[in-house]
Amino acid sequence: MKEKGWKEIPLGGLILEAGNAEKYATGGWRTYRPVRDEKKCNDCLLCWVYCPDSSIIVEEAKIKGFDYEHCKGCGICSAQCPKDAIEMVEETKFVLQEKGE
Amino acid sequence: MGKIVGLTGDETAAEVMRQINPDVVAAYPITPQTEIVQNFSQFVANGVVSTEMVRVESEHSAMSACIGAAASGARAMTATSANGLALMWEICYIAASYRLPIVMPLVNRALSGPINIHCDHSDSMGARDSGWIQLYSENCQEIYDNLIQAIRIAEDKEVLLPVMVTLDGFIISHAMERVEILEDEKVTEFIGEYKNPYSLLNVDNPVTWGPLDLYDYYFEHKRQQIEAMEKTGEVIQRVGKEFKEISGRSYELMENYRLEGADLVIVAAGSTAGTVKAVVNQLREEGVKAGLLKIRAFRPFPAREVSQALKNAKAVAILDRSVSFGAQGGPIFLEIRSALFEEAKRVPVVNYIYGLGGRDIGIDEIKAVYRNLERIAQTKKIEKLVGYLGLRE
Repeated sequence: MKEKGWKEIPLGGLILEAGNAEKYATGGWRTYRPVRDEKKCNDCLLCWVYCPDSSIIVEEAKIKGFDYEHCKGCGICSAQCPKDAIEMVEETKFVLQEKGE
Repeated sequence: MGKIVGLTGDETAAEVMRQINPDVVAAYPITPQTEIVQNFSQFVANGVVSTEMVRVESEHSAMSACIGAAASGARAMTATSANGLALMWEICYIAASYRLPIVMPLVNRALSGPINIHCDHSDSMGARDSGWIQLYSENCQEIYDNLIQAIRIAEDKEVLLPVMVTLDGFIISHAMERVEILEDEKVTEFIGEYKNPYSLLNVDNPVTWGPLDLYDYYFEHKRQQIEAMEKTGEVIQRVGKEFKEISGRSYELMENYRLEGADLVIVAAGSTAGTVKAVVNQLREEGVKAGLLKIRAFRPFPAREVSQALKNAKAVAILDRSVSFGAQGGPIFLEIRSALFEEAKRVPVVNYIYGLGGRDIGIDEIKAVYRNLERIAQTKKIEKLVGYLGLRE
């Protein structure tokens, strides 16, 4: 997103558009990434209830995955999961994988 | 026609607040401001204003409540002094940054410690970088006139900044003077209605107030505040002209008192300007070309106008009723000396710190300043850049 100059933005730090927090990708803050074991998960949806960032993607009462653009890696989903189906994995692992190391 | 009444400075501020009839007043009492809030509370109790009065537990809360009210679209006011201003410090910056046109009479009082309840300008001068507009008042009439104009200045679309209107603690706040009061309707018509286009309570057009603003946009928002301050000078002048039409009294960024052809000039703000005028009149009768430049707007500082007014003087003394510890002089001195740097001809300028903690300043002290200016004009030599007036050695 191109950052605007001082003449183009609302006065006083106001944000005029509602629901804009989605535009701010906070996934980059993450140190640990939640990874779900589909075999263990019974779709109880407790993680979806507890997630403070609405980052559990649910379709028709089934968990489809995580919104990694906004998940900050707090680990609450993993801590709440009654089936131990969510593992918090260090982000560096994925970075190294992507680099093919 | 309006009427002529006898009022103290605090009573004047309360009376003009009655005429302004703000939607919200959130305030906490502190000497010597107390009588403003006390008198205004009586107006609320008697039902002569429709103001929602919030009796907060501190000045920090007073300014916070004003911010909430102003963001919701209400015209909000408060009043304070010295340590009260110090306690609302954090929130004063927020009021200015959110661009909320809150108007506040500030009864100038020395900051503790040692604890002191009398006048100096250390409270308002400390807040000079908070983003508030500052108008200094010489007497009760100016408090009345400045507060009415402050509403218009603050709420002007080019400005949208809070304004503090200062008056000297006890010297003016508790002294009764003759004040010309306009008709209520005239004041109501002059100030108009405050409309916040982004009201916090407008559910049809929801906006976010006060979000986190980091290195990516904070600087841009500060630049907007700088711009608003730069435009404020013209707005103060325009509102001053319009105010003359309803009151007959004219206001500029500053007052030039017998400055034409003046060789020896004193610069002062607040009630001392009145004493200096008396001395100027005496000296002029004796043939001494004395003059006064009275500071009205200190923020924004009218640097160009001030240097124009002073550039032909042979010697200038700037009176500061506050100290900037470790600086090269008082706050007004620093501004003016810097402004005069642009002039081709060097004007000798000296600084006097005076009146701290309410120390009286009289005709004799001011005459001594003019005598020193006379010496400087003759010898072209400044022996002491910063002096202390009325201090025991």
